[in-house]
Amino acid sequence: MKDLMNSLFVVVLVGVLAGCSTTGGGKSATGEAAVEDRSTTAEGGAVSRGAAAGGSFAGYSLDDPASPLSRRVIYFEYDSSNVTAADQDLLATHAGYLASDAGQTVTLEGHADESGSREYNIGLGDRRAQSVRRILELHGVASHQINTVSYGEEKPAAEGHSEAAWRLNRRVEIVYTAR
Amino acid sequence: MRMIFRAVLLYLTIGASAAQAALTIEITQGMEGAMPIAVVPFGWTGSAAAAPENIAAIISSDLSRSGRFEPLPDRDLVAHPTNAEQVQFHNWRMLNVDNLVIGQVTETGAGGYNIQFQLFDVYRGKQLIGQSFPTSHADLRRAAHHISDLIYKELTGEPGAFNTRIAYVTTADRGAQKSYTLLVADSDGYNPQTILHSSQPLMSPAWSSDGKRVAYVSFENKTAEIYIQDVASSTRRKLASFKGINGAPAWSPDGRRLALTLSRDGNPEIYTMDLASLALKRLTSNAAIDTEPAWSPDSRSLVFTSDRGGSPQLYRIASSGGQAQRLTFEGKYNAGADFSPDGRKLAMVHAEGGAYRIAVLDLDTSLLRVLTDGQQDESPSFSPNGSMIIYATGTGNREVLAAVSVDGRFRQRLSLQAGNVREPAWSPVAGK
Repeated sequence: MKDLMNSLFVVVLVGVLAGCSTTGGGKSATGEAAVEDRSTTAEGGAVSRGAAAGGSFAGYSLDDPASPLSRRVIYFEYDSSNVTAADQDLLATHAGYLASDAGQTVTLEGHADESGSREYNIGLGDRRAQSVRRILELHGVASHQINTVSYGEEKPAAEGHSEAAWRLNRRVEIVYTAR
Repeated sequence: MRMIFRAVLLYLTIGASAAQAALTIEITQGMEGAMPIAVVPFGWTGSAAAAPENIAAIISSDLSRSGRFEPLPDRDLVAHPTNAEQVQFHNWRMLNVDNLVIGQVTETGAGGYNIQFQLFDVYRGKQLIGQSFPTSHADLRRAAHHISDLIYKELTGEPGAFNTRIAYVTTADRGAQKSYTLLVADSDGYNPQTILHSSQPLMSPAWSSDGKRVAYVSFENKTAEIYIQDVASSTRRKLASFKGINGAPAWSPDGRRLALTLSRDGNPEIYTMDLASLALKRLTSNAAIDTEPAWSPDSRSLVFTSDRGGSPQLYRIASSGGQAQRLTFEGKYNAGADFSPDGRKLAMVHAEGGAYRIAVLDLDTSLLRVLTDGQQDESPSFSPNGSMIIYATGTGNREVLAAVSVDGRFRQRLSLQAGNVREPAWSPVAGK
């Protein structure tokens, strides 16, 4: 893990040194940090977001598919909003990134599987999003950086009517919005 | 700023949208002891070769869909009387039909018609109803449903619910994108009209008690918001757009308040909103999920879903607030309640053995009865005469609607030719 982090840091540095000559969907988010739109640079490999001013930048890139930050879905058990220990670590990494950049914001999209009543599932999705919110806040993310929305069972990630689909649908998606 | 490029597609439709396919209704489980009845094709006097609507077919289909009647197939009709003088009761007695319906449609000029009909008791050889009334071209189907209501009331002693509508949500895939449509159709599936279309989810349609407006949840702004919309004019108003959940709208019986779920104070709670002042009153205060409010028909209380006891169950609370009382104890999952129009029963989603089914709780006896046998049945909604419950279910990989009689004996399926249909809400009788 340490090695991975080091090599990631190098990649990030390369990205930073390469400058932030944004194209296409890029835009200046805060005035001092430019953001690449991932969709326009997907085949370009490691394209980094410029390190934000101040804070302790964790050394991860949002757009690097090898970065833990590229993992943005947390899964849940049936009728549960408990986050696994592994996902708590992942959330700590996201929290570190967010805490290092006050201009960055996320929307936590809570989802449920199709079982049962639709509005109750909106409640379940919300509870999952709030559960993730609390963990991010515990790790120093300011509450104004976090927005939550629950889609309940309305936006399944996987179609299908078995546990194989349902376990992929009981989730919170972390969507970075200030980019 | 990708949000801009992913602009939400949304439009309101005024009037009929012919492109929408109608729901097809198919009876999947007939009822033993349904009353045999003959509905003879109505006579026609007018400039065209045939009447613009087959009134007898509409009545026959209505009566059949109620589960209480078994109309004689057209091919078994031994005669085609269109007035009382032509009726030979012994012919119909031989066919063992209890009742006979005949009638005539007469064009009166300028798009107007006169409909005359008679209902006979075949065994006593006696007229039970005879009526004549004018109608317009646009109201012909409605007139036929009105006749069905009169027949149903006369023969069962209970009001009919044929002149009503259902609101429902359909989804279709357009490539990777889903589209969501909120529609209103006649309760026989005819005349579907799109009232809202969006690229983002639409949920929880609920009728006002006058049947003129529908409240619903729309995610068109990437967050849940509650709107109320006038069905005829399509004028709409955003009612609730607080931080977090804005969901589960339910009109008070007098139409002056909306019960709803908001999480603006941290977690989902039940509120009522005064529609004139928009003043909110919070009814619940609990760390659990409190949602899906349903008004009792006398307005005095609301039933809602809460998992405060560890699993979702139904609770009742006075509409003025206070202590909530648990109503369901059978099973680990009872949610999404709808009151019967007489206030004595609750329909709900009830889970047993991993299957989600529609059950009815008798509030007088506390007996719970499971009515359906699907795996993912949800969104029960009583017909306004309390005889049927419409709900959403799955068949294969498709979502369809189904209806079941309150005694569980009679079932039908309502499906689209293509696409999914969900979240049915049956309008009150005053809807037309």
